Amino acid sequence: MLSFFSKPSIRGGVYAEEHKAATAAQAIVNSFPLPKKLYIPLQQHVGKPAEPVIKVGEKVLKGQLLAYSQGMISAPVHAPSSGIILDVNDYPAPHPSALPIRTIVLETDGKDEWMAIQAIDDPFQLTPEDISLRVGAAGIVGLGGATFPTAVKLNMGRENHIDTLIINGAECEPYLSCDDRLMQERAGQIIDGVRLMLHGMETENAVVAIEDNKPQAYLAMQAAAKPYPLIKVMQIPTRYPMGWDRQLIRYVTGKEVPVGCRSSEIGVTIHNVGTAHAVHNAIRHGQPLLSRVITVAGGAVKRPVNVEVPFGTLISELFDFCEVNSEATARIIMGGPMMGDSLPNTSLPTVKATSGILALTQSELKNTDEQPCIRCASCVSVCPAGLRPLDMANNIRINQLDTAVDLGLKDCISCGCCSYICPSNIPLVQYFKYASGEVMARQQAQHKSEQTKRLMDARNARMERIAQQQREDELARIAAKAERERLKAEQSALV
Amino acid sequence: MYVLSAILSLTLLGLFLGLLLGIAAKYLKVESSPIVDELESLMPGSQCGQCGFPGCRPAAEALAEGKAPATICPPGGSALAEQIAALLGLDLDLSEVKEPELLVARVSEDTCTGCTRCFKVCPTDAIVGAPKQIHAVVADACIACKKCIEVCPTECLQMHPIEVTLRNWRWTKPALPVTGNAVC
Amino acid sequence: MISYMKPSSGAHVGAKASVSHIMWQVMLAITPATAFGLLCFGWPALNLFIITVLSAVFFEVLCIRLRGKIAKPVIMDGSAALTGWLLAMTLPPWAPWWLGVAGSGLAIILGKQVYGGLGQNLFNPAMLARVALLISFPIEMTTWANVSPLFFSHSPGLAESWRITFSGLDNLDASTGATTLGFIKTEFSQNRLLPDILKDYSGFLDFMGGTRGSLGETSTLLLGLGGVWLIRQNIIQWQIPVSLLLTVALLAAAFHVMDTRHYVSPLLHLNSGALMCVAFFIATDYVTSPNTPAGQLVFGAGCGLLIFVIRTWGAYPEGAGFAVLLMNAATPLIDHYIRPRIYGRDRKGKPLEIPKS
Repeated sequence: MLSFFSKPSIRGGVYAEEHKAATAAQAIVNSFPLPKKLYIPLQQHVGKPAEPVIKVGEKVLKGQLLAYSQGMISAPVHAPSSGIILDVNDYPAPHPSALPIRTIVLETDGKDEWMAIQAIDDPFQLTPEDISLRVGAAGIVGLGGATFPTAVKLNMGRENHIDTLIINGAECEPYLSCDDRLMQERAGQIIDGVRLMLHGMETENAVVAIEDNKPQAYLAMQAAAKPYPLIKVMQIPTRYPMGWDRQLIRYVTGKEVPVGCRSSEIGVTIHNVGTAHAVHNAIRHGQPLLSRVITVAGGAVKRPVNVEVPFGTLISELFDFCEVNSEATARIIMGGPMMGDSLPNTSLPTVKATSGILALTQSELKNTDEQPCIRCASCVSVCPAGLRPLDMANNIRINQLDTAVDLGLKDCISCGCCSYICPSNIPLVQYFKYASGEVMARQQAQHKSEQTKRLMDARNARMERIAQQQREDELARIAAKAERERLKAEQSALV
Repeated sequence: MYVLSAILSLTLLGLFLGLLLGIAAKYLKVESSPIVDELESLMPGSQCGQCGFPGCRPAAEALAEGKAPATICPPGGSALAEQIAALLGLDLDLSEVKEPELLVARVSEDTCTGCTRCFKVCPTDAIVGAPKQIHAVVADACIACKKCIEVCPTECLQMHPIEVTLRNWRWTKPALPVTGNAVC
Repeated sequence: MISYMKPSSGAHVGAKASVSHIMWQVMLAITPATAFGLLCFGWPALNLFIITVLSAVFFEVLCIRLRGKIAKPVIMDGSAALTGWLLAMTLPPWAPWWLGVAGSGLAIILGKQVYGGLGQNLFNPAMLARVALLISFPIEMTTWANVSPLFFSHSPGLAESWRITFSGLDNLDASTGATTLGFIKTEFSQNRLLPDILKDYSGFLDFMGGTRGSLGETSTLLLGLGGVWLIRQNIIQWQIPVSLLLTVALLAAAFHVMDTRHYVSPLLHLNSGALMCVAFFIATDYVTSPNTPAGQLVFGAGCGLLIFVIRTWGAYPEGAGFAVLLMNAATPLIDHYIRPRIYGRDRKGKPLEIPKS
């Protein structure tokens, strides 16, 4: 905790234009009209996809389990509203490729009828294991964008005896303000969620870190945390990517997470404010994760808002609600403009990872007129991971992927700082994403070729064995025949 | 006179050194067989014959003797060509190399008669089945050698490109900048 | 309606800076020093400046057209004009026209385009040209005009300036002399000692720039201000200028304290020759300097050390050009060995150990 007094250095990062004012000043809109159809993908998290437990044509109530979690790292999916299951099939995923993903289609009946749920009077009477179980059963995943199942993280925290829980309220991505509004309006619920998570991990200290461009959220959270001296609310400098978990851990605790380790191994766990809010709902009210607050913003949006929408809502409906000018839209982005990926069209559903949907105009986008690298090293000085993006990109350009790996390709977090700052408009992050994919594909190819050799050796050995067997059988047969003939000869000789 | 002596001495020197090199090359020759093993270990090993040699080992021998280009192996693609070039210290022109289209054999269930011929020839045991039963291809083990296609009496085995899914989708390499490339 | 869009990766927004923006900012920063130089050395200097910059742009266009590309977008980035400009700043102000043209040709063709154009060159083009000219044309490159400001009665008029630029000087001794560093070097060879040599030297005049020297290198004050402004604008980083100047100053101070009669004072070092111009505008060239802060410190210190060594014990009075070229050659090596530490790893690239506590 000494690090509160000394000012730890922040490595790299950029000051990106914020564009948050349009949405941060307005209250979260709760009046989003319930869509007629919801498209609920079965994998909205890191890990294995959920397995459906309902049949087509079945009537479901709001909050009812639609698909259960499979395996250690997975999360269940629940019905965001009441209605009838229309289909379980492949539909385009909210992904830059819009390739198909297994999806449940729910036709809502408009009643929004809840299933029977039991609220708990005193959740602090529950065992920590029970908290994890309930969080897991509620389908809660990291709502900052990583979508790692929260229950697994709580268990890891408990097993590693962590000493500090960090609540990430940095929201460093430009345009996004959903966490800001959530902290302003539901600070008490978030702090309650934090206390429940602390209970679930059997630890006591929590730090809520909020960028200093959100003074109102800071004040609200501080007021809500006042009765609990072990929950500290601190302001952190506004600098992208302050919300990168490892950057935040270093800033708050002064500790650095070693490569290849999880943060819980050095005694720290980090959760998003939205996740804490979802934990509050799940434990106090027994409600599974069915909706989230999404920022809809960008130059092409006439009515930019933070709006709470059920999962499975198509982006097109969200855009109609916010009066998006589709003529002016040059790019649709899911997430923030630094790390988010572009989406090819609007008939894709919102999922647990969707913190924002941006409709940007051409003038807001970065210039794509690529020029030669002048080695200005801006990318080196902004890289929060300590890499040299220019050298990596140059090697990838000439297909020297091994050299790029040596230079630290695998330590790249795709934060986008290098692409943001590059005066020559080189798409550095895309080079790194391409190269990472290619390296993985090559490893898989290598693996397959080894497997092929094993299979062929096994087959050859088997063939050899069969041939050997046949030879032996042949020899035995010849020997038997000779024996028979000898006996015959002996007999005839005797006769 | 000076000129003549200079020419003479340099010529003699050149001849002597050349002779030395020639002798060294003859008597200090290193048997280069380990390189063949190393090359063979890099290659896919499916003995598919697409290179024009009867198998991976003969192709590796040809490479080691310099009789084949580094880009000889079509299924290996540019990744293998790079590895071979690095091992042999060759200059590499990748413009001619086509990335191998990833294929996988698939059994059409309508026409399969369960004749078992295909799984007898499959070098990696990627086809499973029993007599008079419809056979199936284990996609992960299929190496697209097409041997099963040749023996199938009903043409029920076909090669299909591997489907792009969310799992194997990859970002493409950014195109090189085109600024100012056209001739004016 | 929104039609299908191809996948594009972050960052979708970007900083406003562009290559041409950077080049224009650098030009803005060297404008005061250049303008002062032009004022001090009059019309012939202006002729030389214009010829050098224009020929640099001309050679750039020529090379790009030879490669079958459109020249306009490449010219618009301003890099060729900047190279010509920097070269002009380092030439003797009354040098003949062909010196500027030859220098620009060397800088653009041999210094930049043969490597593949912007961002590919190993050596700083302006310094490459300066050193090549110095070795090839030692007389012309060391003929330093007296300060003869524009519109002064004894300064050459417009018509006379054309004659100076295009057919050379008639009366060398009347209008030229030696630079401070050159003067010291020749006087040392006459076995005179520093207090005696420097009895007429005015540090203040040298600081302001009213002395003989290269076209744009005389005013320590204006160059320094321009450089500090560039650092403030975040166009260049402080590492190279600071480590370079500090190295020269510390070495000079150490030797000066030991022997004031043979070793020049650090202030005179900082004030004279190409030091300020090189420290802020030449050594900081992105393309030819290391890309990590630590590497830049090493690079700057190396430049400073070489400058001091060449000035003090070398055959040439000024060694800035040689020093920069030598350190340019060392840049790939510096970049290879000095890398930033990757998050979660130690300096050698191994993952950090989990602290036991």
